[in-house]
Order: sequence, then structure tokens, then C-alpha cells
Amino acid sequence: MADMPTLSRRTFVFASVAAAGGVAFGQYARAQQAPASAAATNPLTADLGPNSVTFNPWVEISPQKITLIAQHADKGQGVGSIQPLMIAEELDLEPNQFEIRFAGPSPAYFNTGFSHELAPFMAPDRSPEAEKARAAALEWLRKAGLQMTGGSSAIPDTFDKLRMAGAVARETLKATAARRTGIAAADLRTEAGNVILPNGTKIPYVALAADAAKITPVAVTKLREPSQWRFIGKPMERLDIRSKVTGEMKFGIDRKMDGMVYAAVQLNPNKGQPIVSFDASKAQSMPGVRKILKISNGIAVIATNSWYAMQAAERVDCVWAPSKYPAEQAEHWKVAASSFVPQFLGKEWRNDGDVDAGLKEGTLIEAEYRAPYVGHQPLEPLNGIGIVTDKGMEIWVGHQTPQSVQAIAATAIGLKPEQVTFHNEWMGGSFGHRLEFENVRVLAEIVNQMRGIPVKLIFSREEDFRQDIPRQIAMGKYRGSVKDGRIVAADFQVAATAPFKELLARMGTPTKDPDGQLAVGIWNLYYDIPNYRAKSFEIQGLSPSTTWRSVGASANGFFTESFIDELIHAAGLDPLRARIEMCKIPIYRKVLETVGKMADWKGPLGRGKGRGVAFVESFGTAVAEIVEVSMTDAGIKIDKVWVAADVGTVVDPVNFENLVQGGVVWGLGHAMNCELTYAKGGVQQTNYHHHEGMRMYQCPVIEVRGLENDYTVRGIGEPPVPPAAPALANAIFAATGKRIREMPFNKFIDFV
Amino acid sequence: MFELTVNGTKHQVDVVPEMPLLWVLRDELGITSPKYGCGIAQCGACTVQIDGAAVRSCQARMADVAGKAITTLEAVGNGKLHPVQEAWIEHQVPQCGYCQAGQIIQAIALLKTIPKPSDKDIDVVMSGNLCRCGTYERIRGAIHAAAEKMGGK
Ligand code: FES
Ligand code: FES
Repeated sequence: MADMPTLSRRTFVFASVAAAGGVAFGQYARAQQAPASAAATNPLTADLGPNSVTFNPWVEISPQKITLIAQHADKGQGVGSIQPLMIAEELDLEPNQFEIRFAGPSPAYFNTGFSHELAPFMAPDRSPEAEKARAAALEWLRKAGLQMTGGSSAIPDTFDKLRMAGAVARETLKATAARRTGIAAADLRTEAGNVILPNGTKIPYVALAADAAKITPVAVTKLREPSQWRFIGKPMERLDIRSKVTGEMKFGIDRKMDGMVYAAVQLNPNKGQPIVSFDASKAQSMPGVRKILKISNGIAVIATNSWYAMQAAERVDCVWAPSKYPAEQAEHWKVAASSFVPQFLGKEWRNDGDVDAGLKEGTLIEAEYRAPYVGHQPLEPLNGIGIVTDKGMEIWVGHQTPQSVQAIAATAIGLKPEQVTFHNEWMGGSFGHRLEFENVRVLAEIVNQMRGIPVKLIFSREEDFRQDIPRQIAMGKYRGSVKDGRIVAADFQVAATAPFKELLARMGTPTKDPDGQLAVGIWNLYYDIPNYRAKSFEIQGLSPSTTWRSVGASANGFFTESFIDELIHAAGLDPLRARIEMCKIPIYRKVLETVGKMADWKGPLGRGKGRGVAFVESFGTAVAEIVEVSMTDAGIKIDKVWVAADVGTVVDPVNFENLVQGGVVWGLGHAMNCELTYAKGGVQQTNYHHHEGMRMYQCPVIEVRGLENDYTVRGIGEPPVPPAAPALANAIFAATGKRIREMPFNKFIDFV
Repeated sequence: MFELTVNGTKHQVDVVPEMPLLWVLRDELGITSPKYGCGIAQCGACTVQIDGAAVRSCQARMADVAGKAITTLEAVGNGKLHPVQEAWIEHQVPQCGYCQAGQIIQAIALLKTIPKPSDKDIDVVMSGNLCRCGTYERIRGAIHAAAEKMGGK
């Protein structure tokens, strides 16, 4: 780590990344007026049954059963399984000995995992200053009490705390048994849900619940050594696999309630704008229709079946208020192109050496890159069930920020957030979609007009597309110079709409600080380029945008790693070797070396084949990918992908591989063929044939290796995404000589 | 009134003849393994067996399937796990799982016609089933494993 001191001094320049996050979440804390002690209160105590015990916000034991709480929401990434298993690791439970429940809203579930992302230091920086900033960020988070699933933070957040939760429960159960039997706790052991006495007698945990409630939870200082782990790091069956394979799993969209009616909506395609008037005469008499309601930005049809509701919703003629952003896509690009001016400067994130002088040396390379709006479109469309009674509103919806669901629903219908009871659901994907609130707000408005009756709202796929708040639109103006086989200078400028800042604003916690997500992929560049400058500009007045799997890095990673490839090519170097040599962080160099070994990289392939490499660190996780393509008569075929990722500890290895493969498919598929474009204020793509992503026949073999050299545990949900697009573009260049600088690539080249 | 048999049980439903089978199953009968993904035959999440063939239930009108025998994922194994389901568990295919009912039913149909499918056969038959989580490679592996289990029959 000889290079680190320089890096950490440099990073001081970027102090306001933390300010960005910190201030925003600080405001969040004030908005919530969370008492400082709230994080210390256990929300499970409120609803605890008789003779039951809860040791902490994650473990509850009654005389009948053991319930483990999953605080991070499960969108398919597997945390509904691994969270309880991390508790069970220390609590000595077998996978079939407990029930899983998703957490309700509570500051006790504040996300510690954001502390690294919010501190203004690069991920590999372990200087005392960096650690201090992370500790400060953690304090902000504790005060804010923000419970959020996102930012690939579930494992970093819970890896220690859930094992600790299990250990505390275990030791407290042992202490309870010690009291009851008079045998010293040190002579007791635990296994498979029992405390075991020296003579072999077993006392089930459930039989100790009532007494355990009477003693103070035992403090634990040491967690088990990795050599003692039964689950962590071992191939294990995800706890939700079976029910997903038998069809028993109930997603939010599958829930049914007595007396429930069904709702579908037609909303203003000009996002965020109201409805002016409507004519429901055609819809009114359609089969199954019970009622047609006006809501602030559209209409809702209540019917006896979702299909009746969807059919009728389409037949209501609505007059919409026009969009506030440009109605046509070409205008969006014009606005983007004109945003590289001081007035829109987000921040200068890096300014090393003398960039202007450096650019005058050697050969100057310039390029413009583009990343379009893209939809999330998880296969389960947005939905939710709600009911309003005199007591308030109850809502069942798969969501990543429970407290915001309460706030948004309450605000929509004049309640207080605490009057909204929230139940999370297993989700059929999210990719950032279920951090937004359109279904929540709309559902609240509907059920408020249907008091006492439970209503299930489902967005039709078309409506889901039209209302999807897309990934940011982004443009890169990149310049660099090469001389004597080296990159001398680089000047990277990105203009984009600000996805995270906008999400914060919609959550009711606006910030004026620059969007730190737009720095990812230009700020955290680990190559040794003596003169380097990076700036972000925040485009104003376009479509709203939000976090899309890997957020800022999804666009910036493509720009940066493609352009680095251009510079390396101009310098006459090998794309992989040059990256390895330029990489200043030893463990990251290893990631690149590993992927090179996996692919047996030996330089150009020839014969219409090409390989491209890309390396991006996002959310603290370094990922390198190599893509191999061949030219065929039918177009470019992606033959194989190799991925190396360093997460410190691979907690759930099978799921790890699955998530990495899925991330690569996500990154490649959308880079190949997806964009959302606006016409007349609404998006033109309204179903999967317009916005397909990858299908089976295009899916390459994806070989994955997880490395464990990083000093702390990292997430893997998003980081495999950013290197996929540039590695593919670089491979296409290697195979064809054609440099593609704009997504989706199928505008410029055919794919098989 | 239409009559249909789902997973061996007869049901009467009072819906319009154009209602897609998907919504009869989900909202009228509470059988939820067939999923709504696109409604226009683009995703395959709604796939069920009708008289043994894999069909997109979002495209099958009630009037056209009345009287036919419908099987959903809940019953493909006849009370046990179907070998394809076993392979799916062993390969840990699902992430969110929302597409998987359709994937499994499509895979069963594939293995019925081509007991030992090549990767190419899998591509041809399975490409209509979208998986937004990107589990394709595991699906491929699980289909080969299931073919093995079923002994090419
Ligand atoms: S819902 Fe039937 S194919 Fe998508
Ligand atoms: S597993 Fe999520 S869509 Fe396939």
C-alpha cells in the first residue's frame, strides 16, 4: 500500500462528497426528528407476545417459534436468505428452525453500510483521516436513522451486526439456562436451537424464551473465527429458492385480502404533471368496472379483476398538463450538450498536476460519449395493497425505504407518517425502481377514496414503462494526451442529470450539494496519470432521473473505461497490461491480473475476434471484466465473459456468482439495446419489445472469481454492472476497429 | 359461466370470454404462480401447460381454453418435485424468482420434445422467456442437468 499516502492527501480535496451525503442525511435526521436514542430502541418490543423475548431488533423468540428479522428488503439479491443465516451462524440455528420476517420501519435499522460511501475518501484509503471521516459518517447515519436497502450496502451493513445479534441472543439464552440449572454458562453449549447441558440434556431455545426476557442481554465482545463458520463462505441453498421453484412464494403482487378490489391507473405520461380533465364514458360501462376515480395526476379504475381494471383504464380519455421538460428527445440531448458550463458545475472532483500543460504535450485525443435514459423494468410491475380506515392507512408494498413509504403515503392523504403501517414484500426485482414512490403515492390517493376497502393496485407494463423514472441521461467530454507510450494527461468532464440528489429531493430531503454519484467513475480513478482533472456538471430542466443499478458508474464507467482504452490504444500499449501497470492500488492490480489469468489474455486474437477489458470500482468493490466477441454474418456475438471482483469476504458464494452473472447480463443487455426516448413528453418505449435487455440466445458463458484481499467486506449487487458496457465496447473495437461511444450499441452495430 | 380444470380441480368462472387465462387464474382462482410480466407475449412469465403444451396464459382467451386441462407450476411435479424443479434447486437458478415459473414450464416443454437439448436448442426454445435478473446461464446448466436426470426421456 505504498501508494496510499499520496492518494489520501489528494483525496482531501474532495471533502464535499461526504458533505453531499452527510448534509443530506443530516437533513433527513432533522426532518424525521429522530430522538438520538431512537436507534437504541428495539422496535420488536412493542408487539411482543406473552412469554416471548427479543434480544435486539433482529431476533424474537416466543414459546412457539423463532423469528429472525431481515432488515434489508429482498429484491431478488438474496438478502432475505443471507441476513437470517448470518444470525443463525452465531445463534446455532439450522436453516429450517426459524421464520423470516421483513423489518418494519424503525431507526433501529439505520444503514451503517453507507458510512464508506459517504466519507470523502476513496475505498482503498485506510489512513486515519479516512477512518475518522467514516466514523463521523456513521454517526450521521445513526442520528438520521435511515433504513434503506441500496447502494450494495446490505452485506457491509449487516455482516458484523447480525452475527453480533445472533451471538448476544445465544449467550443470553445460555445465561438463562445457567440460571435455571445452576450450571455455569461456560459449561453449556448450543446447537441446532438448543442449549445443551454437560450431560447431553437439551433445552430448546423456545422453552427459555419467557425466562430469557427477564435478564439483561449478555454483552458479547468476540465473534466466531472464520474457521468456525458453518454457513458463511460455504455453498448454501438460499432459503427462498425452493418456494420460488415450486410457485409457493408470494410476491407483493400475489397477496390477496378478503373483500379486496383491484385497481389500474392511467397517469400523465408527462412525468410529475397533473391531469386536467377526463371523459370516462366509454370505460364506465365496461365489464367488471366498479368505480372510476380521479387522482392528482391521472385516473384510477376500480374493478373486480386487474384485467378489467387495466382494460377500462386505457379507455378513459384524459387531458394532460404538458411536460415541464422538453417534449422531444433531441431537445434533451441539446440541453445536455449545452450543460458543460460553469453555471451547471457540480464539482471539480480531481485536479492533479497541470492538466492544461499536459494536454499540450504529445498527441491529443478527444471524444464525446453518451448514455441515454434507461428503464428499470423489473419483471414484477409496481403494485401495492392498501386500506384506509379511521385509524390511518395500512400498506403492503415491496420497497427499499420503509420510512419514506410512510412519509409519502401520509403526505398524499393528509396523515402523519406514524399513522401509516407498512409491510414489506418479497420483490420481483427492483434495480432501483422500488426506491421510487409513484405506486405508493397513487395507491394512497386511491384507497383514501375507497375507505374501509382493501385495494390492490397493479401498474400495467405499459404504465410502468411510462412512469419509470429512468437512469440519468449523461454525456462525457473527454480529452487526453499520450506521449512516448504513456498517458500524459486526461481531462474528463461529465454532464448528467443528478439521480441521487433527485431521489433525496423526492424523499423530502433536498440538498444543494453536488451529486456524489456523478463522481463515481471519474473521481475514483486509480491509474497513474500525472495530470488529471475530473468535473461533473448537473443538467437542469430535463426528465426526472433516479438510481439505476450502479447509478453514476453505469454511465461514467462506460465513458471512462472506453476512453482510457482509446488512450492506451493511441499510446500503442496492450489494454490489459497497460491498466495493470498504471494501477496504483496493489489489491486492485490483483483484480486485473486475476481476470487476465482467467481469460489467458495474450493480446489480440485476430480472425474477427476481439477482447476488451474494463475495470471500475463502485460502492467500494473493484471489478474487472474481459469480454470476448466474434464477428459473424448475423452481427457481433458475445462469446464469453470473465469477471474478477474483490469483496473482502465472499459471504454467500453461490449467490455471489449468480449476482455477478446477473450484473453482467444487466450491463451488457442494456448497453446493447435499451434506451428510453421522449416524444410529446412521454417515453416512446412501453413494453419489452422496445426495451429488451439480454435474452438467452445472446447470453455468453460468464466465469466468475471472487477475491478476498480487500480489508473489509463489500457488496456485489451493483459493482459488476459498470465494467460490462466498456469491456464490450472495447472488445468490439478490438474485433472490428469500430469505436462505439454511445449506448445503446445496436444503433451502430448489429448483434446476433 | 365457463368451466375449466386447473391442476386437476374443476372450477366455474363467470368472466367475459376475452379475459386472458392468466387473469382468470390469478384474480378469480387465486393461483399465483403464473405471473403477469408484459401481457403481450414478450416475457413468458405467465406460461402454463394447457393440455400438456406450454402456453402464454396472457394470450389464451378464456373462451378458447374452457374445458381444457390446465397445469400450473404448483402441480407440475404431481405432489413431488419435477426433475426440472430439482435441477433448478441444485443449480440455485432463481434470484428474484418472478420469471421462474415460466422458465420451468418452458423447460419442461423443451425436454418433452428434445430430451437431450444442445445449447442451441435451449437458446431457440428459451429465448422467449425474459429474466431481468439475468439467470440465463444457470437456467442453461439446470436444463442440461434435468435432461441428465430424466435419462434423455
Ligand atoms: S405476461 Fe404473458 S408473456 Fe409476458
Ligand atoms: S429471476 Fe428475477 S426475473 Fe428471472
